[in-house]
Amino acid sequence: MLNNEREVICSLRNVEISFPKGRDKFVAVDHVSFDIYKGETFSLVGESGSGKTTIGRAIIRINNVSDGEIIFKGKKISGKLDPETDRWVVKNIQMIFQDPAASLNERANIDYIVTEGLHNFHLYKDDADRRAKAEKALKDVGLLPEHLSRYPHEFSGGQRQRIGIARAMIMEPDFIIADEPISALDVSIRAQVLNLMKKFQKERGLTYLFIAHDLSVVRFISDRIAVIHLGKIVELAETEELFRNCLHPYTKSLLSAIPMPDPEIEKNKQLITYDPSVHDYSVDKPEFVEIIPGHWVLANKAEQEKYLAQIH
Amino acid sequence: MSENNVILSVKDIVVKFNVRDRVLTAIRKISLDLYEGETLAIVGESGCGKSVTTKTFTGMLESNGFIESGSIMFEGQDLTKIKTDAEWEKIRGVKIATVFQDPMTSLNSIRTIGSQITEVIIKHQKKSKEEAKKIAIDLMDRVGIPNAADRFDEYPFQYSGGMRQRIVIAIALACRPKILICDEPTTALDVTIQAQILKLIKDLQVEYGFTTIYITHDLGVVANVADRVAVMYAGQIVEYGTSADVFYDPRHPYTWALLSSLPQLGEKGEALFSITGTPPSLYNEIKGDAFAPRSQYAMKIDFEEEPPFFQISPTHYAKTWLLDPRAPKVELPKTIRNLHQKLQQMTGEGGAFHVE
Repeated sequence: MLNNEREVICSLRNVEISFPKGRDKFVAVDHVSFDIYKGETFSLVGESGSGKTTIGRAIIRINNVSDGEIIFKGKKISGKLDPETDRWVVKNIQMIFQDPAASLNERANIDYIVTEGLHNFHLYKDDADRRAKAEKALKDVGLLPEHLSRYPHEFSGGQRQRIGIARAMIMEPDFIIADEPISALDVSIRAQVLNLMKKFQKERGLTYLFIAHDLSVVRFISDRIAVIHLGKIVELAETEELFRNCLHPYTKSLLSAIPMPDPEIEKNKQLITYDPSVHDYSVDKPEFVEIIPGHWVLANKAEQEKYLAQIH
Repeated sequence: MSENNVILSVKDIVVKFNVRDRVLTAIRKISLDLYEGETLAIVGESGCGKSVTTKTFTGMLESNGFIESGSIMFEGQDLTKIKTDAEWEKIRGVKIATVFQDPMTSLNSIRTIGSQITEVIIKHQKKSKEEAKKIAIDLMDRVGIPNAADRFDEYPFQYSGGMRQRIVIAIALACRPKILICDEPTTALDVTIQAQILKLIKDLQVEYGFTTIYITHDLGVVANVADRVAVMYAGQIVEYGTSADVFYDPRHPYTWALLSSLPQLGEKGEALFSITGTPPSLYNEIKGDAFAPRSQYAMKIDFEEEPPFFQISPTHYAKTWLLDPRAPKVELPKTIRNLHQKLQQMTGEGGAFHVE
């Protein structure tokens, strides 16, 4: 692949994120490294407690990084920053949250919610300009200008999620972190929101970090997928490659658990349960290696040989 | 399913809610027979009335809701006639038990797991404390809690989400119910845990011989568990049949739409099928086929007259005018044509979802 020539927009280098736990510390993200390329959809998939959300929150500076660094467009954005860089990060990286009911201020009208970012950064000439921007943002997500004077409770879940997207898009960011943006939505609404996100990506060349727990959703939208388990990335590859040659037993267990809408297939399905004791890491320690170009896996020497033989 | 003993029979129920000064019709004439030992899945989007339907079986409608007409026959008794809580207590939790979506809110967070299970056993089975504890530990064992005896005195926060849901199931089974209602039992859980819980419920069903009703919006879950499927839209059942009927030969445009919008079927680079518009307001009277305004297959009559149920096979019914002999022939949407072959390819050797 031509990965080397692609422009990296965000890069995590050996990032550890830990939280105090009594006198000890709890390591939520354990020395994770990956690059996100400009214009791609990079998905981070894992179960609850895997640290996927923590990584997303660290990138937008909600969580502190205890070791390693995060680079955005060539600038270090982890740790202490001067106020100017801090504002630059806030403007250029936006987030879409999981629960559209909880992430919108119930007491503010849509106008305020959508344009709050514009206010904070004075990104408008006058009031008419701000209003025009807000109206356009709503139209872009399929809502109407008259919705601006309404309040969040007047909208359905899918509409609220679209307001959340409008709020992020109005800042004209380069990079969006979407933390399970469709998990709380109904099946039919999910498709609407996913299609909308795709549309924006095409039109504006956005980069997405898509955080999800479900491989089936992620297959459809992502260019590359990283699978994370207990704070460690266990496998990372381009979408097609990951599904064709999934190597790590944890990825396999996730893949086998995808429910298929077919009774016969479901009845004959073999569930693979991940048992961490299959790894013997007592002497031969695992490392995160690029087993074939673009396909990374966490494995020790013996496993690397085994995985290499499995690749078709 | 082989023995066609009807254990619960719902006839033409209409459920309404008083909301401020207005009346909302949540269920518009649903009829349904539940067969002993089967697993029935009720599928639909939020607000379609799937939970409300099963709440009427246990007298758990919110206080502003009421059954306006219809009957629910269970063991020779019409459940719609029950007025007092004392009467409900002989049915709710004893003969018909429910497992809810969020195991954290259905458990009491400041009481031990053990006491929450034994409470039910002592109350309904009139056992002594020691006997109840024995039964409780045995139940915890059955639902797959390791070292059950040691974990008896722990609190819910010491359990993971999957383990908590196992406890909720144990409590539901403590009285050996005839019917177990599972209301989105795995929605709050991780995918790998979801698969475990579904298998657990299936195994317990064989062991305890109860009848299961699943309420879910996830067609993948339905395919995994259901013998029969009922698809609901805007307070009505629009299609029902065996699992094979509904998945391999769906007939209602809404069922088509639900199947087509599954992300598993998404093709990269193409837009995912999405249903336009929103469900109708349940405050207003719905004329014709409720799904018509969102359906690309809607005909003139769909906006004027409510379709009846058309029979497709002895087990399969759908409520759409498309099945009327006078209706034009329409083709299935492309995404779900030959769905079975497509999915077999995807899960088979060389397919995207194939795991070795």
